[in-house]
Amino acid sequence: MLPVMGDETCAITLKVNGATLRLQVAPWTTLLDLLRERLGLTGTKKGCDHGQCGACTVLVDGVRINSCLSLAVMRDGASVTTVEGLAEGEALHPLQQAFIDHDAFQCGYCTPGQLCSAVGLLAEGHASTDDQIRELMSGNLCRCGAYPNIVAAIGQAMRPRRSA
Amino acid sequence: MNPFGYTRAGDVAEAVRTAASDGAAQFIAGGTNLVDLMKERITAPSRLIDITRLPLRAVESLPDGGLKIGALVSNHDLAYHPEVVARYPLLSQAILAGASPQLRNMASTGGNLLQRTRCYYFYDAALPCNKRAPGSGCPALAGVNRIHAILGASEQCIAVHPSDMCVALAALAATVHVTGPAGSRTIEFAAFHRLPGDTPERDTNLQPGELVTAVELPRQGFAAHASYLKVRDRHSYAFALVSVAAALELEDGKIAEARLALGGVAHKPWRDPTAEDLLRGRSPDDALFARVGEHLVRDARGRGHNDFKIALVRRAVVRALQQAVAGGSQA
Repeated sequence: MLPVMGDETCAITLKVNGATLRLQVAPWTTLLDLLRERLGLTGTKKGCDHGQCGACTVLVDGVRINSCLSLAVMRDGASVTTVEGLAEGEALHPLQQAFIDHDAFQCGYCTPGQLCSAVGLLAEGHASTDDQIRELMSGNLCRCGAYPNIVAAIGQAMRPRRSA
Repeated sequence: MNPFGYTRAGDVAEAVRTAASDGAAQFIAGGTNLVDLMKERITAPSRLIDITRLPLRAVESLPDGGLKIGALVSNHDLAYHPEVVARYPLLSQAILAGASPQLRNMASTGGNLLQRTRCYYFYDAALPCNKRAPGSGCPALAGVNRIHAILGASEQCIAVHPSDMCVALAALAATVHVTGPAGSRTIEFAAFHRLPGDTPERDTNLQPGELVTAVELPRQGFAAHASYLKVRDRHSYAFALVSVAAALELEDGKIAEARLALGGVAHKPWRDPTAEDLLRGRSPDDALFARVGEHLVRDARGRGHNDFKIALVRRAVVRALQQAVAGGSQA
């Protein structure tokens, strides 16, 4: 890419929830603002906008990141999955179903970030106990305090379900 | 954020050339600290030089037994790299004690070295700060200074370096590889970061346009007896009030080699070789560890709210050394 000056935009290609998009973005547009303001994908939340709350968590090439601290231009060529892209049609992602089964939210504001973060956690494969789930979900705050049920939901998605 | 230009560097030479031609440009990799600083208008680069496409993602074993870590290896990938887990568990523990999983996925090895202090006054553009606006003053001296330095501070600045990873790298005696307009060089870790003195605006000894390309670990990894102890206000996802990287080599019940580095107490990871001298050749026991803790804070100075850190260092050093002897991680 040729260098762009301070008043120019950059051409990028992003795959968002499976759809390939060609976009012109200013260099200072965050991935979060691009998703919410340009693409209308408002599931991803702007909580603190400083990487401290995790409400903006999305998956970039399958890896969970804070979209508020990510410049869209730097993700040129990447594949982004937001909470809107987790379900397969009407079939919920197993984590979405687990969050419902365990009542793992109250107001729901942090939930999209919790879900994307949990998908990333499962893919990383470093957690097997509840303590490890708690530690590796520490980047997602829940002001309603639904933590015990979030841990239970992720545990359900992680482990084969016991027969009733 | 202020508007800025954007360049995606194709190779290291191009990145360095671009930086050298524009003194107000900055490199960006993970962006976890820089983008935040730009949002807060603490820094306003004219141009970002995106280095994320440079070939600096390898972790290579070296012929002399060391390990060379590319500057773009993410904190996540480094913490879980099999060579690091097996041979340098101190580094793995320290990285995993810092930030959140999302941030560790984004943050790079080189960027971790270059993150800025989280001093509240540095982050508040409405207030004076000698680090942000040289000569404007330091409100932390007489202000809220619970998180601030007790060692190596100056009347200009009592900020602390925020990294956990760097505390382990200091204890492991890493070297930093850099490339700049004048060519490539290596910097010993102890000489990479600076004490504030009269120039708190300078965090490191990097020269203008220099890019961190790799961090190299020596062969000795202290795999059997290393521990990173981090004391903080909550158990996860918080900066250290005090942290201790302790690494020992034990032979026949004696300490053959010792390394200690402190985090959360100074403008740079604090390593005091005279404290390590006290340990070498001795049998490990709590009385010795207590003397070492006392020695480390002999010149410490509290500023009011952070006085507690002096006692905390004494005790954390003892516990970190006990854990290192036992070979385990933080209880």
